[in-house]
Amino acid sequence: MNAFEQALERYLKPEQLERIRKTKIGIAGGGGLGSNCAHLLIRTGFRYIRIVDFDVLDYSNLNRQFYFLGQVGSAKVAELKKNLLAINPDAIIEAIEARIEAENAAGLFADCDVVVEAFDRPEYKKMIIETYLNTGKFLVAASGLAGWGDSDRIKIHRIRDNFFIVGDLKSAIGPDCPPLAPCVQIAAAKQADLVLSYVLAGKEGVQL
Amino acid sequence: MQIWMNGKEQDVPPELTVAELVAVKKFNVDTIIIEHNGIILTRDAWATSLLRQGDRVEIVTFVGGG
Repeated sequence: MNAFEQALERYLKPEQLERIRKTKIGIAGGGGLGSNCAHLLIRTGFRYIRIVDFDVLDYSNLNRQFYFLGQVGSAKVAELKKNLLAINPDAIIEAIEARIEAENAAGLFADCDVVVEAFDRPEYKKMIIETYLNTGKFLVAASGLAGWGDSDRIKIHRIRDNFFIVGDLKSAIGPDCPPLAPCVQIAAAKQADLVLSYVLAGKEGVQL
Repeated sequence: MQIWMNGKEQDVPPELTVAELVAVKKFNVDTIIIEHNGIILTRDAWATSLLRQGDRVEIVTFVGGG
């Protein structure tokens, strides 16, 4: 166990850390939601994360995504893996550079306990939710996090005991409603906190 | 007949299916998920799910951004 993981014992009990460390998380998308959710989970002690994204990092991503200037032009998942390992070198990060479509979606996270929906396009959000809805996995999606102001609008919506949506459900990206770091981070942080709440919850499940 | 759609009472034609409701209300079928009386419907169940007086339908629309 490295010094970072040892230091986590200051904040969490051994049995809590044990649960966290054995949970396998799948993240669909390595953009604003996915990259931020991933680093929050790594900081909280999660070790197993599989991230799937096909995209290459662009300068326009740096306003809100967990990447750095010198990484522009490289595959997001490979760079995200480096950034996460810089926090915890013993984390097991599976970086899969692939486009997620209806045909391959079910297989990508079949062995994960938790699936985080972190896409930007609504058609893909729906696709991943419908793929994993009836699998019994814990599922956290996000919808409505663009723009700024009134950030308490970014709420947690319990759809089922194992399916939550974070966001205001209406603020779509548009010319007057850009994706900006503060609200994207709030949504990603709420997704990560839901995952943590699920993993540490007792039989009563996630309490709001 | 009356149904409750996203918490509001709506007047809709009788013997309507969920798929027909989606068409009548002009939702984008590619960006929504639907809960009918507390059960989330997969896409293939929309056409066979018949609405009845007083039913509750929640339609969650995903919007872009991430």
